[in-house]
Amino acid sequence: MTVTSLDATAGKGSLPSSASGTPTAPAQKRRSGAKLKLRNTAIGWSFILPNFAGFAILTLVPIITMFYMSLTDWNIFGASNFVGLANYQRLLGDPSFRTAMGNTFFYAIIHVPVTLVASLALALLLNRKIRGVAFFRTVAFFPYITSIVAIAAVWNMLFSPEAGPINQLLSAFGVENLPGWTVSTTWAMPAILIVQTWRFMGYYMLLFLAGLQTVPAELYEAARMDGAKAWSQFWHVTLPCLRPTTFFVTVMLSINAFRVFDLVMVMTNGGPGQSTLVLSQFIWQRGFEQNQFGYASAVAVVLFAICILITIIQFFWNKKREA
Amino acid sequence: MSVSTEIRVAVETHVSGAQAPGRKRAAAASVSLRLLGYIALAVASVGLLLPFVWMLVSSLKRNIDVFTVPIQWIPDPVVWENYLTIWQRTNMGTWLGNTLFISVIVTVLQVLTGAFAAYGFARVRFPGRDILFLAYIGTIAVPWQAIMIPQFIMMSNWGLANTRWSIILLQAFGAFGVFLMKQYFESIPESLNEAARIDGLNEYGIWWRIMMPLSVPAIASLTLLTFVNTWNDFLGPLLYLRDNSLWTVQVGLRTFIGQFASEHAMIMTGSVLSVLPIAIIFFLGQRYFVEGIASTGVKG
Repeated sequence: MTVTSLDATAGKGSLPSSASGTPTAPAQKRRSGAKLKLRNTAIGWSFILPNFAGFAILTLVPIITMFYMSLTDWNIFGASNFVGLANYQRLLGDPSFRTAMGNTFFYAIIHVPVTLVASLALALLLNRKIRGVAFFRTVAFFPYITSIVAIAAVWNMLFSPEAGPINQLLSAFGVENLPGWTVSTTWAMPAILIVQTWRFMGYYMLLFLAGLQTVPAELYEAARMDGAKAWSQFWHVTLPCLRPTTFFVTVMLSINAFRVFDLVMVMTNGGPGQSTLVLSQFIWQRGFEQNQFGYASAVAVVLFAICILITIIQFFWNKKREA
Repeated sequence: MSVSTEIRVAVETHVSGAQAPGRKRAAAASVSLRLLGYIALAVASVGLLLPFVWMLVSSLKRNIDVFTVPIQWIPDPVVWENYLTIWQRTNMGTWLGNTLFISVIVTVLQVLTGAFAAYGFARVRFPGRDILFLAYIGTIAVPWQAIMIPQFIMMSNWGLANTRWSIILLQAFGAFGVFLMKQYFESIPESLNEAARIDGLNEYGIWWRIMMPLSVPAIASLTLLTFVNTWNDFLGPLLYLRDNSLWTVQVGLRTFIGQFASEHAMIMTGSVLSVLPIAIIFFLGQRYFVEGIASTGVKG
């Protein structure tokens, strides 16, 4: 059985090479080969073009334009002069930019590990045959597909400092200095972090669940034979097998953390003061509120570079670990 | 490159539908551990759901009852009128219509062009194909915020700003659809294509009559994810749509909140209405959401 199927695949695999390798009329073969290549190229492009045209015009062209714009003083009137690196120099001395950068890094440093651990924990809880798993998976995923405006509206009320449910709960537990949440410069960022973790946990949990399915059961059995306890099974079997998933989740989490925007925009609008001002919002403000397109593009390039850099670093780090 | 590898790993799990074991651990776990797991799950679900419960409950209250100490979990009196008043107070009907219009067109375009391009990437061999695909993958790391300014200038120059078409163009040609469909197409045995070719079907016929019918689960995932994504988009419409009559439900609701910040009950009513269509779609098709997410792990 196995032998026959092996033979069959081998035969199929060798068929094209033997056909092209026949010595008869090589020139004619080559010409028809080139023709076939041309035909395939035409067919391939005809499939790709409808989507690629839109993709190229609306994504690739803007990426290139962004780099160019960052070197100009482009403003609302479209008048633009080439100013070299002046925008970047100005960035270095801009305290608002430094605040935005600091806030974004602070957000990322907290959000990435917390969400990673929370979503992995949820996935481990759910990766068992217990009742209600399907229900819980649905529940956990629901915040992710809910619109940001509704989410911000409801959480803003939940966080209401005077009579909001969260502070009522805290005071029931005897907390005395109740946090002001979105109206306090110290607590606005933690409020954002809480909502974002709540919102994305279920999404990354799904990715982890898919990853957990790939862990071979034999490994657990072998580990149990060796007398491994639950914790060491997790450490020596689950985590190493999950590494591709963990890698992917970490990359996505970090990129998404650095481009955090929509929730900040609708929940705090960067405030109070500049306590939740993040890079994306800084771009929005400079670009669309103050019409400094050139300057805003320089910030966009910085954000772009951060996201690409994260991907590259994590890619090589993962490669090294694999080797 | 590696991103696609991760994705393939996830896809294979799902496509093969492998109910891989690895769960048997639970059997060994003691009853108390199991109980602990249930308690943890219960606490987590309450935490995850409570904001939605609160939204729904508050939408049925009088405004003065929204913030009470202690919290009133059952509205008294129940104010069903909120759900009538909101249609008169706001342009909700128009907004919902706009959102539906945009979401449907974007979804159709995304599914058709995405699946079409995916076939080119998955089944046709030609020079430059892999580099082209890399360009698609590469843009996953590019935040929309970085390119929104050049995009906006382009759209304005074409006279598309402040039209619904700007949002449609913005959303319809993402890399996401190409990606998801390509992964799925590659899981379909190539021998089917060869058989069809021998029977005289050309590549377009194979795409339409063989690949598409076999890819219904992936198409369903893509359709639902694109629809929900477009429905929920807030920043695009906020930037492009200036006239009240063009607004989507997200921008409309946001503006209402800005104008009537103290009308808590009405805000919650609007929120429920904006979430409701998505909730219904989600509960009807959640299998496809889960599979779509698990197989690509990429969204906007």
